[in-house]
Amino acid sequence: MAHKAGLFDLRLVIAVLFGIYGVVLVVVGLGFTDESDLGKADGLNINLWSGVGMIALSAVFTVWATVRPVIMPDASALDESERDVSAPDEKA
Amino acid sequence: MPVLAQVDLRLDAGPLDYTLLAVYFVFVLGIGFLARRSVSSSLDFLLSGRSLPAWVTGLAFISANLGAIELLGMAANGAQYGMATVHYYWIGAIPAMVFLGLVMMPFYYGSKVRSVPEFLRRRFGKGAHLVNAISFAAAQVLIAGVNLYALAFLLNLMLGWPIPFSVVAAALIVLAYTTLGGLSAAIYNEVLQFFVIVAALLPLTIVGLHKVGGWQGLVDKVTGGPGGSEQLSAWPATELTGIQNPVLSVIGIVFGLGFVLSFGYWTTNFAEVQRALSAKSMSAARRTPIIGAYPKMLIPFVIIIPGVIAALIVPEMAALKAGDDSSGVVYNNALPALIGELLPNGMLGIAITGLLASFMAGVAANVSSFNTVFTYDLWQDYIRKDRPDEYYLRVGRLATIGGTVVAIGTAFLAAGYGNIMDYIQALFSFFNAPLFATFILAMFWKRMSAAAGWSGLVAGTLGAVAVFVLAETGVLDLPGQGASFLGAGVAFVVDIVVSVAVTSFTRPVPEERLVGLVYSLTPKEDRRHSTTGEDAGWYRSPLLLGVGVLVLTFVLNIVFG
Repeated sequence: MAHKAGLFDLRLVIAVLFGIYGVVLVVVGLGFTDESDLGKADGLNINLWSGVGMIALSAVFTVWATVRPVIMPDASALDESERDVSAPDEKA
Repeated sequence: MPVLAQVDLRLDAGPLDYTLLAVYFVFVLGIGFLARRSVSSSLDFLLSGRSLPAWVTGLAFISANLGAIELLGMAANGAQYGMATVHYYWIGAIPAMVFLGLVMMPFYYGSKVRSVPEFLRRRFGKGAHLVNAISFAAAQVLIAGVNLYALAFLLNLMLGWPIPFSVVAAALIVLAYTTLGGLSAAIYNEVLQFFVIVAALLPLTIVGLHKVGGWQGLVDKVTGGPGGSEQLSAWPATELTGIQNPVLSVIGIVFGLGFVLSFGYWTTNFAEVQRALSAKSMSAARRTPIIGAYPKMLIPFVIIIPGVIAALIVPEMAALKAGDDSSGVVYNNALPALIGELLPNGMLGIAITGLLASFMAGVAANVSSFNTVFTYDLWQDYIRKDRPDEYYLRVGRLATIGGTVVAIGTAFLAAGYGNIMDYIQALFSFFNAPLFATFILAMFWKRMSAAAGWSGLVAGTLGAVAVFVLAETGVLDLPGQGASFLGAGVAFVVDIVVSVAVTSFTRPVPEERLVGLVYSLTPKEDRRHSTTGEDAGWYRSPLLLGVGVLVLTFVLNIVFG
């Protein structure tokens, strides 16, 4: 048998951090950006676009962690064929 | 860096920016607490129990190197020398990282050594081991101190925080998570740091490029500026090397930087190799530096280009580049100056977080490799042998605390005597320079004797010191980076010559002790990695991934040549 490592999957930690950052930046970009902020970044609403990018990054990690959860092998040996199916994708 | 800039680099950080920074610290410490649950032995604490997947160790591999001096220094080189700075990545890192993964990792990981010095002990016995373990441990705590000081200096410049406060606060945060969660916490945080650094630098690069009118605008402005169009091409980098003749300059880059300097650093520096040793399988260990090579290939675009842009649009930097240094700004300020120029509150907070993250990544890498070498290679081998494992776990935790305290001391020393930092870095580049020569002989020449192991290292180090002294006293005239390239080359050659000479009249190490350590004495199946289960699939082949990144780097060299 094997169980999922629910609480501490690094991918979820990354997803939550960038989820928070992304939402905050989008809110700031939409609601609290004045002309001087825009002028500083040469007319780009950089907070908004960076926030959108971070939410996208967060989504990618969430999907990856959901589709391929980390399987923690229990003390009993794991069947090889089961590993093949459930192994987390490690391609960077 | 100790030159106090009169120019105002103070950033206009508001409550929002500080909140984003605080959120990050909550995550950093949270990872330390969570990782603590997985620590039940010294191997868990000091080597992550050899359990991490390759994408994690691969990103940690480059993040460990993406420290303070790297980030600010490379942006500074970009501002001063232009695109030639990419050599530090494309020539100065990628080939060595691929070589480490494909050629050397089977011996490091396969022999189950717990550190780079331990490899030397098993190959050569005590002489070479002591030389390497002591010089490495000392280097790491001192460099951690230099990193801490650089961090505090920058925070003082950007946010007005007092230097002693920043040194102690940053050290305590790194200490908290590395003592709790050990190497796992350090590595997980390095991966997080990598993404935060990119999240800070990518928008900065985009805004900067927008400001100068896109890529074409950048090309036009650099061509028309004091640097001229040669700053847009990577080759022949005569300014960077300080070698006027373009052919010799290219040779200097390829052999000095690309071969000796970079192979010495990437393949034998335990702060790097440790990340790969913590991987969960031979295949994952071999892929670690190779997976790291892909982002390493691309990251100069968000470090060097902002440096180039800073020299175009920050007025004080542009003046400095035109030869007017009256504002007191230095090239090392390029990145913070550009951040202050372009980013509004919000992204400003992310950028500050990214810079801080980068500093702490460097310090944590120094501390977490120091405690391993101290515990296994110095304490266990020479001071207290054969104790139960809990004892060494405790020593590891105490070594982490001790190392951090020494680092804080070094940081205050550096604050008092500015150029000490330069000398510390020079000093430890001497130890690094000949290591690659010794390792490559050790792994591929079974005849090499124990006496050759330590004498080659010592002689090579002295060779590098000799070049440094000649360059400092003006006997050799090599401005730019030429002196360090030459020093590394001399160290390499001297190490080989002395090792071969000493081997010829000393006894070889008995062959039965070298199984798993030397190429010709290691059975082929021991060097192979598994290709089943989580190591299956063509896209997990180290060879394919390695060749892929070399080809891409070659293409980039042609495009930006």
